Amino acid sequence: MKMMKSVMLFVLAALMLQPAFSQSEKFTGAMKKNIAALDSALSKNEIASLTDIAASFERIGDAEKTQWLPFYYAAYCRITLAFVKNEVAENDIVADKVDELIGKASALEKNNSEISLLKAMNASIRMLVNPMQRWMEYGQKSQQYSQDAMTQDPANPRPYWFNGVSLKNTPAEFGGGCGAAKPLLDKALELYAGFKPASELHPNWGKQVCEKEAAGCK
Amino acid sequence: MLLIGLLLTQFLQAQVTIKGVVKDNRNDPVAGASISLKDSYDGTTTDSAGRYSFKTSEKGQQLLVVTAISYKAWEQPVMLESGVLTVDVTLKQEISELTAVVLSAGTFEASDRKRAAAVLDPIDIVTTASANGDITQALKTLPGAQQVGESEGLFVRGGTAGETKSFIDGTLVNNFFFSSVPNIAQFGRFSPFIFKGTVFTTGGYSALYGQALSAALILESIDLPEQSSANLGLSVIGGSAGYQHLSKNKKSSFGASYSYTNLAPAFAIIKQRQDYSTVPFYHNADGNFRVKTSKTGILKYYGYFSSNKLAFTVNSIDSIGYLDKFALGNTNHFHNLSWKENLPGKWKINAGISYSNNQDDIRSAMQNNTGNEVQLTNLEAKTFRLDMKGDYFNAKLVLEKKFKGLSGIRFGSEYNFSKDRSVFTSYNGQAYPGNFRETISAAFAEADMYATNDLALKGGIRFEHSAVLNKVNLAPRLSLAYKTGKGSQASFAYGIFYQNPERRYLPSLNPLTFMKATHYILQYQKVLNQQSFRTEIFYKKYDNLVKTGNTGFTEAALNNNGFGDAKGIEIFWRDKKTIKDFDYWVSYSYLDTKRDFLNFPEAITPNFAAKHTGSLVMKKFVQKVKTNFNLSYTYSSGRPYYNIRYEGSAYKFTDRGTISDFHNVSFAFNYLPSVGKKDAKSFAVYVLQVSNIFNIRQTYGYQYSYNGLRKEAIVPTSRMFVYIGAFISFGVDRTDDVINSGL
Repeated sequence: MKMMKSVMLFVLAALMLQPAFSQSEKFTGAMKKNIAALDSALSKNEIASLTDIAASFERIGDAEKTQWLPFYYAAYCRITLAFVKNEVAENDIVADKVDELIGKASALEKNNSEISLLKAMNASIRMLVNPMQRWMEYGQKSQQYSQDAMTQDPANPRPYWFNGVSLKNTPAEFGGGCGAAKPLLDKALELYAGFKPASELHPNWGKQVCEKEAAGCK
Repeated sequence: MLLIGLLLTQFLQAQVTIKGVVKDNRNDPVAGASISLKDSYDGTTTDSAGRYSFKTSEKGQQLLVVTAISYKAWEQPVMLESGVLTVDVTLKQEISELTAVVLSAGTFEASDRKRAAAVLDPIDIVTTASANGDITQALKTLPGAQQVGESEGLFVRGGTAGETKSFIDGTLVNNFFFSSVPNIAQFGRFSPFIFKGTVFTTGGYSALYGQALSAALILESIDLPEQSSANLGLSVIGGSAGYQHLSKNKKSSFGASYSYTNLAPAFAIIKQRQDYSTVPFYHNADGNFRVKTSKTGILKYYGYFSSNKLAFTVNSIDSIGYLDKFALGNTNHFHNLSWKENLPGKWKINAGISYSNNQDDIRSAMQNNTGNEVQLTNLEAKTFRLDMKGDYFNAKLVLEKKFKGLSGIRFGSEYNFSKDRSVFTSYNGQAYPGNFRETISAAFAEADMYATNDLALKGGIRFEHSAVLNKVNLAPRLSLAYKTGKGSQASFAYGIFYQNPERRYLPSLNPLTFMKATHYILQYQKVLNQQSFRTEIFYKKYDNLVKTGNTGFTEAALNNNGFGDAKGIEIFWRDKKTIKDFDYWVSYSYLDTKRDFLNFPEAITPNFAAKHTGSLVMKKFVQKVKTNFNLSYTYSSGRPYYNIRYEGSAYKFTDRGTISDFHNVSFAFNYLPSVGKKDAKSFAVYVLQVSNIFNIRQTYGYQYSYNGLRKEAIVPTSRMFVYIGAFISFGVDRTDDVINSGL
């Protein structure tokens, strides 16, 4: 009976503790699950599931209210989907949604290098709708944001990765191509090697893609 | 027991399943919609059939939230107990510019606005081969405008050039083109690079614009430049230099440029039909400043000055062995100040004023073959001098209030003042001065109503008063658009348009009234994946056109008994997709028009209207050679020509016929050597343009001698024209404007 009591007390204590304890546990767990799903979707090229994963991240963000990472990942999923799908006619609509998500993230986390990079990527998505017409506006914005990202965290490899990939996909006649992209990709690889995310939930993506891109530029 | 109970409860809670289908108001499934319970992680997204299903451990009263891109958020309280809860959801579309139907009947828009239905970009204006950098020349490759080569202006859907008016930042521009020269079409005064948006309406346009029976060309000037820059231009016919300064805080800018053009070197190589004693030369200068007055407001000034001269002789058609001399001197100022600002409560103000001054000195005479001026019996009237001065002041104020979605109202007023003074000096030195003042005041209001993304309506009304006519008019306008499917829409426009009789018939001894046109336009458009198709059918009815009679000396307005109509069908197809890096468009217009106006003896197809008009415009950038190749072909079937003479007591045809079909193939290439040199300090564009590359004989019409016995074809000043130039800019890479690069 005594033992039963102590078990009861333990269970009650556990139940009472649960809200505080499980909230962060729940957040971490859900985020990890989503990040794993995102990694898996990208590695298996199951891009259709990116919308689901983005929505799931957004739900976490909306429920938590103080965490910027869910919004960051939600935006990242939608940006990646837009780049892969390459249906440029839809890009303005996607970019509006991404702006909304980035807005929520940056309201919680100011001057963040990772968020600035998303802004750069989103500007590129808008530019792709009509490059000839929009280069002046969105091309410059994209460059400005990735510059911001480099300044805000010089150890972040992703802005170098993004600029490198962008240049690689630009024809050599326009100053792009491997020759121009290689130094940036190499710099990104160097930074990836030493990069330690602030936590297991913080952005830590792009290394493998970068290695592949760099390998394609030999 | 308690423990088991607790576990059981939790187990049961986890069993609540929420499922359903999400559809839109057309009953189509919404895929990718996000379903969630507010403040929980639980939720899912819909599949391609709009279905969803998820489990939650939440219980009790919860808020179910559904969101989807382009739809309004939906939420509803739900009671979670156990088992399965089915909630079907109907989402309402978010009305937004990106997805909404566009009121596009009668309108070609090339602007930076994010619109689903746009078929043209501002850059298209400068990269069309036959355009030679002239805005109206580029617009002539669109359906609706005629290929009239003997005089400037846009002849739209059976209308005269005077029936098209141009507006910069909302206000009327009085001398949009360089002053007329007999049988030589003049260019527009303004560089296409100073505009970020061009709207060319071929009918059925908004109540904000008036005094144009046929068409309006609505231009919006650029805001702040991206950065400071300087540029230099050099061509075989002149040079230019300019500077733009953007302040450090990027809130204001100023700039100025100057150019000098002298056609002598070109005319030395390309033989002209005219024999020039003063080869055309132009001094053009402009200045601007732009100041951001707040986050959303901007004050813009653009000022322009031009001075140009020319004089030439041609073999006289009236007397063999003699020459007709024509000389023109022109100076023109144009100043435009505009302000736009968003006000609290979703109000917006657009205000603009413009002032311009135009001065033309024209001399006409006959010369003998030794170059001396002579007066021949019965041809004395060919010797005269005409000095004209005009002052024009225009002001416009538009207030706009936005409601939910894209709906809104707009109202305001417009004021156009003109003061024209002229002195006509006849061969015997007798001077006939003329003075003319006119004030046209207008008030207008219009409302945009978007019921859904699929249905939009714009209704407007315009009221005008003319001081000279001492009359008022009231013009209703209406347009409708309905989305018929993905990327496709049908639209309709109707409107009544009034315009004063042309300046040359005012003031009139006989009382005159406004001329009137009624437009009906039906359009179908489909824009999908870099391909655009549109077609329009229109009917335009003219009433109260000016009829003229012969006073014994001159032609003067008699009454407003003229009339006419125009009907036709137009097709436009543009494709940037089928062939990689290759962009082309095709346009075709069929026009059936007749009118009885001015001195026409009866209703006839006027000499500025061709039955069939078509264009093919092609653009290709070849990366390997860093060169942009542009080719354009324009065609128009033979226009009619007439010789109408006053004989006895009436105007009669003494000759009539049809000119041969018109063909023109123009080619332009722009070489951009500094493309891609990221750290280059200067950027160059080399231009070579050739018009009428196949040297095809082109005829614009016929002119007749005074006695009507001889006729002569009106042809271009030279069969072929070649232009070579280089433009260098420092600081800002203008070459990017021309490149279709992809990251």
